[in-house]
Amino acid sequence: MDPFNVYRGTVVPLDRANVDTDQIIPKQFLKSIKRTGFGENLFDAWRFKDEGEIGKNPNEREINREFILNDPRYQGVSILLGRQNFGCGSSREHAVWALSEFGIRCVIAPSFADIFYNNCFKNGLLPIVFKEKIIDYLFDLATGPRALEIEVNLERQRLTIDSADDIPFDINPGRKAPLLLGLDDIGMTFKHADDIRDFEVRHRQAMPWIFDHDEA
Amino acid sequence: MSKTLYDKIWDAHVVGQRSDGTTILYIDQHLLHEVTSPQAFEGLRLAGRSPWRLGANLATPDHNVPTKNRAAGVDGIEDPIAREQVIALDRNCNHFGIRQFDMTDPRQGIVHVIGPEQGATLPGTTIVCGDSHTSTHGAFGALAHGIGTSEVEHVLATQCLVQTKSRNMRVEVQGKLREGVYAKDIVLAIIGELGTAGATGHTIEYTGDAIQSLSMEGRMTVCNMSIEAGARAGLVAVDDVTLNYIEGRPLAPEGERLEMAEQYWRGLVSDPGANFDLFTELDAGSLKPQVSWGTNPELVVDIDDVVPAPDSFDDPAKEETAFRALEYMGLEPGMPMTELQLDRIFIGSCTNSRIEDLRAAAEVVKGRKVSSVLKSAIVVPGSGPVKAEAEQEGLNQIFLDAGFEWRDPGCSMCLAMNADRLYPEERAASTSNRNFEGRQGHLGRTHLVSPATAAASAIAGHFADPREFM
Repeated sequence: MDPFNVYRGTVVPLDRANVDTDQIIPKQFLKSIKRTGFGENLFDAWRFKDEGEIGKNPNEREINREFILNDPRYQGVSILLGRQNFGCGSSREHAVWALSEFGIRCVIAPSFADIFYNNCFKNGLLPIVFKEKIIDYLFDLATGPRALEIEVNLERQRLTIDSADDIPFDINPGRKAPLLLGLDDIGMTFKHADDIRDFEVRHRQAMPWIFDHDEA
Repeated sequence: MSKTLYDKIWDAHVVGQRSDGTTILYIDQHLLHEVTSPQAFEGLRLAGRSPWRLGANLATPDHNVPTKNRAAGVDGIEDPIAREQVIALDRNCNHFGIRQFDMTDPRQGIVHVIGPEQGATLPGTTIVCGDSHTSTHGAFGALAHGIGTSEVEHVLATQCLVQTKSRNMRVEVQGKLREGVYAKDIVLAIIGELGTAGATGHTIEYTGDAIQSLSMEGRMTVCNMSIEAGARAGLVAVDDVTLNYIEGRPLAPEGERLEMAEQYWRGLVSDPGANFDLFTELDAGSLKPQVSWGTNPELVVDIDDVVPAPDSFDDPAKEETAFRALEYMGLEPGMPMTELQLDRIFIGSCTNSRIEDLRAAAEVVKGRKVSSVLKSAIVVPGSGPVKAEAEQEGLNQIFLDAGFEWRDPGCSMCLAMNADRLYPEERAASTSNRNFEGRQGHLGRTHLVSPATAAASAIAGHFADPREFM
């Protein structure tokens, strides 16, 4: 996983509440057994007017000009500004893979669905939560004639707009550290392998039936 | 100190703390399916790792298996990409030695149906699966929730998850359900009340006599849709109904082992006076059959109600959502729900594909015919054993005589990864769990209902109150 520290990019404002993971990456693209190849179908049903399928040539598709990601102002964006309950619905991590591959490094919203939020951190994508008032303010700035450029500093937990505004954000230290260092999550847990084995011994005594199928 | 049921299960599975302050939680049971596991297995292989505890894993293909022409097995999957994914699950399970009910196994079915059915789902355990409807298993007083693929790999490798504890929430449902009103109506009404993010960050415990009166299958329907209110997990305390369901299941403990387990399981209730951070209640006695009208599961009304107007919502964000939903769904405010013409009926999914669901639908359908205005009406049993049991009871014949199609088990039209789907602007009464845009097919229009309401609507050709058919 790539470390995330200071990141500068332009913002696309997606002014919809409850953006679900079925919208972020529709189900027909989940058939892939790879971790890559999802970016071109991010928000497929909103970005395109024709129905998307795996392998369909993006150059031959009918683009939905009304969708914000197709607005010329927002080409090359890497920070997505959303509304409440972003990423609700299915647990599909493919939603985060699609956002990452499209080039999104950070999603800002007033609230996130739990599983999506969790999945972000496993893939070096930073989700930031702000109060509605700040989100509204950011939407105002981001919908101007030119795309808004901001800097996200994870270590300092600050979002900087045109080096003027400096808005602090909260993040759980347990989430922050692995993202800053790009650590291997499984590797970190493996450091506790002895604890896991000790736990299993105690657990087996307390609830032996859980281990009944281990020699199956 | 008084503990909630969630506190008790959590505490019994804490392995330790990581240096970053997060908790390492032990996972007893891991369920796998073809869609969210291949990248996890690949990660495991690339890192030269193997599953920590093989016996903790149980796999089955469900999301994109076809529900017709199953005799040919994997070769019968027409879509080459879907076929590749099911083959990948076979290959991964064989390679690592994971127990799988493959496509040709009579026990194959929707992962959240087969876990309880086989006795793999046990009270007081931690259960995870790369699927958000894992909350289903909470009906057994098990802490069960969905995870992403990175976490699937993490559980395979370490038998643990890195977690931050949720807050406790209690949803009390009191009163006696009226005829024609079911667990599905309870949970749709709860989501309508809480909203799609009303329980985010919480584990819900469902309490009250209306919940206690539900069968295990009804409780599974309620817990299944916890995620639709934002809660990763839903729980119901263990009682006799739970214990009676488990006894005799193939993978459940037996004899002395079972007695020992039952003694422990009986303690899986919240202590009197345990603290809940959030509380809400619902009167089940006054509940009518529910039907969703919008593009998220909180947008529900009574079956005899009308499509609401966007300006009836106080919150501007909800007004905007409603406005957009009406446009997508092709609806106008004030339309009576029972006048909406339907194109397709789907009875199935991890929410409503168990034997009692099929019985409730068959009771409505018996001796009647599916409306000729419908393009299709399908019944997709949740598992091989559910299908066999229904056939033994003659339910398949009731459905077939009425003009329903009787299919093979899988997730089917709930998310339309296989060939069962809606086409643009088609409207469906569906017993599934999500009515998101495009969920059941590009530009398809999904309305969530109970199996009895779906059956009544199939007969009428438009939404219909099942009580009129009883």
